Amino acid sequence: MNKRGVLFSIIGLAVAWQIAAMLVNRDILPAPWAVFVVFVDELDNGLVTHFLYSLWRVTAGMALSVLLAAPVGLAIGGSKRLDRIFSPIIYLLYPIPKVVFVPVVLLFLGIGDVAKITLIFLILFFQIVVLVRDQAAGLPPQLIQSLQSLGAGRRALFRFIYLPASLPAILTALRQSIGTAVAVLYITELFATKYGLGYYIYYNGSTLFNYPAMYAGVIAMSLLGLGMYYAVDWAERRLCKWKFVS
Amino acid sequence: MINIKSLSFGYPHTALIFQNFNWIVQRGETWAILGSSGCGKTTLLYLLAGLRFPTSGDIEIDGERLTRPRPRSGLILQDYGLLPWATVRENAGLGLQVREFYGEDGKHTPKNFQPEKNSEYWLTKLGLSEVADKYPSQISGGQRQRTAIARTLALSPDLLLMDEPFSSLDAITREDLQNLTLSLCKEQNLTLVIVTHAIEEAIALGSKILLLDSSPRVFENPHVGQASYRNSQEYRELCDLLWKEMRNEKSEK
Repeated sequence: MNKRGVLFSIIGLAVAWQIAAMLVNRDILPAPWAVFVVFVDELDNGLVTHFLYSLWRVTAGMALSVLLAAPVGLAIGGSKRLDRIFSPIIYLLYPIPKVVFVPVVLLFLGIGDVAKITLIFLILFFQIVVLVRDQAAGLPPQLIQSLQSLGAGRRALFRFIYLPASLPAILTALRQSIGTAVAVLYITELFATKYGLGYYIYYNGSTLFNYPAMYAGVIAMSLLGLGMYYAVDWAERRLCKWKFVS
Repeated sequence: MINIKSLSFGYPHTALIFQNFNWIVQRGETWAILGSSGCGKTTLLYLLAGLRFPTSGDIEIDGERLTRPRPRSGLILQDYGLLPWATVRENAGLGLQVREFYGEDGKHTPKNFQPEKNSEYWLTKLGLSEVADKYPSQISGGQRQRTAIARTLALSPDLLLMDEPFSSLDAITREDLQNLTLSLCKEQNLTLVIVTHAIEEAIALGSKILLLDSSPRVFENPHVGQASYRNSQEYRELCDLLWKEMRNEKSEK
């Protein structure tokens, strides 16, 4: 994802948006320039605070998912016995749309950030577990045997093979999860909060009917996702240098 | 050095690969285990490496019964042995890193372990200094195998176990590495057990050749390592003999 590509994409989308706005010609779809002007105004008017709230929740949810799901995926992928026990459980729980748990999570964890972060965590957790498990289970046996022959037991195998081998899988899982995480973030911010981009978009669109401000919130959410994609790409270039050599 | 007594081994739900197998290897000898695919030669090497265990019978190395990978045995595989995310230098130092990770616990790392020469020495000795900061995907197959050899030698082994280490290399690189292996064995007084399906390789490396088939037998190869041996009459005769033996075994099947 290079800067030029992003710039051309923005221009292309803005042109398509402008054409659509001209065709629709209603308040509900303002032109991109009008939205951009409001976007800049709104930055001083609380949009940044909403953005930061959302950033914190989605980052915390993702970080929690990685911290808990990666070791679980590694353990299951590294042991056939654990895989036999836990994989059926994961397969049963993975396909359940976690959004159905919104009322339950709110009931148990209250209306604060913990509930919102937990919901994001619940969705990402299984995705990361499955990807990391597959990566760990698919390692060539020769790699493991040659390290065992150097004296490595289970602990050293995890430190020197399973963990570094799973880093790309963790980052891939994160990249795949960004879209879902931001979508869930929106849903969680519809409830019991006055901060966050989800609240901002819903409040402006459905209560104030301030459509330019609503679209400014949508742009901010898109930028949030874009920033996270960049962050994961950056982490991958730093942590998995070997994947980028010619 | 190696003493295998009444070894039997088979994988679950399959016939026994070894039955009452006995074998003695003296210190400093170079052995080539030759056989067609599926004869159990790689299994035998893994048994010696302590990565598989006999169904019955015993494997003793240096007078001790083998119950886990032995710190002074070095295993070199055909491929995949190097970590793709680590540079040549990091790969060569991996064995030492594992030992540091455990400390001198006497189980994973021998007590009072002092590497005679560090991995940097072996990188230089094996001509890898220039590619030390590259990743395995950036270097040639020959350099990858040199890295695997450097990693093993850094742990000061006394027994080298190799599983078809040169089979994916071109003929010139293969011959170079075979000669390098022999000279290192001589210089470091290593015992070598190399598994191969190639008759030429067995004769190029093994002072003794174990032909592994339904009735395993040993062929002496006293001229191994001598200059221009590969062009000699004895070399060609041994090639013919082993080829015929392997051919007969196949037609009997």
